[in-house]
Amino acid sequence: MAQLARVGARRAVQLPLLDGFVWLVRVAALLAVVWGSYRSLTSGRLTPGQWRDLVVIGLSQGAVYALIALGYTMVYGVLRFINFAHGEVFMTGTMAAFFVADALSRTGLWTDQVWIPLLAMLGVAVLTSTLVAVLLERVAYRPLRGKPRLIPFITAIGASFFLQYAFAGLFGVDVKNFPPVALFEGKLDFFGFRFLKTQLLVIGSALLMMGFLYAFVEKTKTGKAIRAVAEDQEIARLMGIDVDRTIALVFAIGGAMAGAAGFLWSQHFGQVSFRTGFLPGIKAFTAAVLGGIGNIPGAMIGGVVLGLVESVSPSLILIGLGIPAAHQLKDVVAFLALVLVLIFRPMGILGERLAEERA
Amino acid sequence: MAETVRAVPREVPLGAAPPAFAARDITLRQVVRNGVLAGLGVSFVTAVGMVQAFERRFIVSQLSLDYILVVAFPLALGYLAGRPPPVLEGFEAPRLGAKNVLAGLLAGALAGLVLMAFVGIFGNFDVRDVFTNVSPEALARITFGEGLFEGSLAMLAVQAAFGALGGALNLVPERPRRAAFLAAVWVVAFGLFSPLVRQVLDNLGFPFLRYMYRSVSGALTRTGAVAVFVLFFVLSLVAKGSRLQAGERFRALPESQRRVVGGLAILAVLGLLAVLPHILGNFLSEILNFAGIFLLMALGLNIVVGLAGLLDLGYVAFFAVGAYTTAVLTWDRPEGLAGTLPGSIRWGPELTFWEALPFVILAAALAGIIVGTPVLRMRGDYLAIVTLGFGEITRLLFLSTWFKPYFGGALGVQRIANIEVFGVEILSPQNFFYFIFGFGVLAVYASYALQNSRIGRAWTAIREDESVAEAMGVNVVAAKLWAFIIGAIIASFGGAIFAVKVGSVFPRSFSIEVSIIVLVIVIVGGLASVPGVILSAIVLTATPELLQELAEYRFLIYGVLLIFMMLKRPEGFIPSRRRLRELREEELAQDAWLRAARAQREREELAEPVPGS
Repeated sequence: MAQLARVGARRAVQLPLLDGFVWLVRVAALLAVVWGSYRSLTSGRLTPGQWRDLVVIGLSQGAVYALIALGYTMVYGVLRFINFAHGEVFMTGTMAAFFVADALSRTGLWTDQVWIPLLAMLGVAVLTSTLVAVLLERVAYRPLRGKPRLIPFITAIGASFFLQYAFAGLFGVDVKNFPPVALFEGKLDFFGFRFLKTQLLVIGSALLMMGFLYAFVEKTKTGKAIRAVAEDQEIARLMGIDVDRTIALVFAIGGAMAGAAGFLWSQHFGQVSFRTGFLPGIKAFTAAVLGGIGNIPGAMIGGVVLGLVESVSPSLILIGLGIPAAHQLKDVVAFLALVLVLIFRPMGILGERLAEERA
Repeated sequence: MAETVRAVPREVPLGAAPPAFAARDITLRQVVRNGVLAGLGVSFVTAVGMVQAFERRFIVSQLSLDYILVVAFPLALGYLAGRPPPVLEGFEAPRLGAKNVLAGLLAGALAGLVLMAFVGIFGNFDVRDVFTNVSPEALARITFGEGLFEGSLAMLAVQAAFGALGGALNLVPERPRRAAFLAAVWVVAFGLFSPLVRQVLDNLGFPFLRYMYRSVSGALTRTGAVAVFVLFFVLSLVAKGSRLQAGERFRALPESQRRVVGGLAILAVLGLLAVLPHILGNFLSEILNFAGIFLLMALGLNIVVGLAGLLDLGYVAFFAVGAYTTAVLTWDRPEGLAGTLPGSIRWGPELTFWEALPFVILAAALAGIIVGTPVLRMRGDYLAIVTLGFGEITRLLFLSTWFKPYFGGALGVQRIANIEVFGVEILSPQNFFYFIFGFGVLAVYASYALQNSRIGRAWTAIREDESVAEAMGVNVVAAKLWAFIIGAIIASFGGAIFAVKVGSVFPRSFSIEVSIIVLVIVIVGGLASVPGVILSAIVLTATPELLQELAEYRFLIYGVLLIFMMLKRPEGFIPSRRRLRELREEELAQDAWLRAARAQREREELAEPVPGS
């Protein structure tokens, strides 16, 4: 008994230092959320229609994050490695789509048969991103496999800056504007939610692609190989799986999804520059962590949740707390979400499997 | 064929006499790969506009930096193409000869062909809408202005020649080759930094300056280049051995004498640094001061990343906290105008720098705790991303309308008071140098003292294996928090000096790029290696300041540097001895095994003479 009591006493000394602080943050965060939402909901500053618009914006934004997050989550699932340069993979695809759009917008196709240029943009974006992702893996990451974790991660930071500034050097530093597509102008109503057509396009195609990917990983033989490599590389090798090829394939799939996200980004935001990839990349990583990294449905849920948090919470919580110009703090909210998730639920919303190895 | 199969290495018992395997040799794959890489490299630097940007930077006589860059690729990769594979235990050493040169030549020619294709495509189709930097002038430049086809043929010859030269380098023994390489690097450095070198030599009263540099372009003359080359060639041939000897002799001294010699060496360095800003003059001192501020940050980050192994990508946050704390506490507001001047905030106690310093330290420590506490349980890459998030949060908060009354939003804080030391106002770059230098010495001292202290050993233990460290009774929580706090305080000194030096602070000075620059400095210099960090801080921050045309490509080069360092030299250019041991553990173990095998073999050969002789 005395021994037990002593153990308890030692724990009690440790508690107030760290856990006390964590509890404080937890309570403060909860109070801020509740109080802020209560204040802004009762003030009636925004009409229900405006709230619904914010939700739609959050959903479409989240769909793009989810597509990028798939690349992070799959690579992490297989290699336990954060591909810091994945945001730039997304940027390269978007940039490639721009040059196709720019070239084709001066032809008649753009007005008459707009789906041909659109398909070309999608194809080129996917191809470019896939190629960049696979090359990146081959040149920068494969030689470092099995090294301490920080070494490939620092390489990835280097790759991220190299890609950004190589694209700045090759294609100029200016912000490039996509030519508008007449097909996607206008709005549609669903259950009182007003969607821009581009938002519908983004949400719909993101859902479709994630469905395909999920089926691919769960149902096909190649998908099984991917899951096996994620589980245990050595055993997978012994079972006759070509591990290097599978890992390259994972990068390729992540790249393809990022390229598709790039195409959707072009329709949704209409702009690209060499910096386009950085912030969405980090936010997509946040989304992947939020949903539970290494987990494909988790990335989708995480993306949507992050998109919603980012679009709704400045108006809902921050304005309620009396903070002026809250929309400036959109990114602060996203980063805070990352910190809070990692403190309180590092395994994410869905992830359980990897929690042990990771945190 | 049967010969080789019989002699597979694993059938050879440890210590048996070596079967003479045929030497492994250069493969065609190696040649083709290096050649294509060289060609792509040259095409890439042309396409991003480096060739044109460096056109006016003359290095030696009429030779400008762009051509040096263009031939550096076939030279380096020609060397790799012609390099024989490493000799393994039990294999014959390959004979060197014409084939090494030929491999280099082939690789160079391939590079030339790739470049020809590049010129052909970009010269005949107008792609400037897409590739903004591929101008006709740039293409003319790499074809020597001789027309696309003839010029690129000439370029092919040049590339092949330099490839062959690179391949031929394999025939030169290691020591002179290394010395020649270093000497060539020094020649380029003397040409690149000619304003600096000329200024220094001029102030020192060096008599041959007129013969060494051309007065208009600032390039080395041919005589100058030869002189520099010969000087450094001889120096590096002689120096390596004698430096090692000096180190040996120093270590062999008894403790008391060692302390005297060490003290004298430190005094000599301090004396040299005391006169340095006067030798350098205003402009160069100013550049050195900026390097000094980055050096402070790098030393701080070196404690966090190098010693404790916590990768902090939001390190700029502490720099910002130091700068903003100093700014709001010391900015001087004219009576009655507070809050009305553009970019002025509504409060501020108007302290002096020294009165503000304790608050800066407090604020930094607090920031260190705020960032450090939530991330204590995370490892490696997660910690990096979360700290990156904290860095961005800090910048966005300083920028926000929310905190505008306190930190001035996008307009920042201006009119920051100057520093007074013993009644002297620090204004001139030279005085600032001494001031920054003082803080630098403090940071260097702290780095060394901490490294060898109890907490330093705790950090090393955590870096190597956190769980084991914890099991051995290291207080991981406290040690990690201290790393963050001390790192934050050193960075905040940098921020405080930055704020005073510039006289104003703006949120845009504290972007993620600053964190990356500091990280690159620490990695390139060598994690946990203080001399390495000092050198790389000065080189990496002063170079883009001195060479404006390089500043544009700074992050491109940093990115390549990071990748290259991690692939080839993760221990940095001037590695700390302990760190090198950690990283090369496997290789060292292999070497030891081979040595043991050889020793055993020799023992056996001595014991039983070969029958029949």
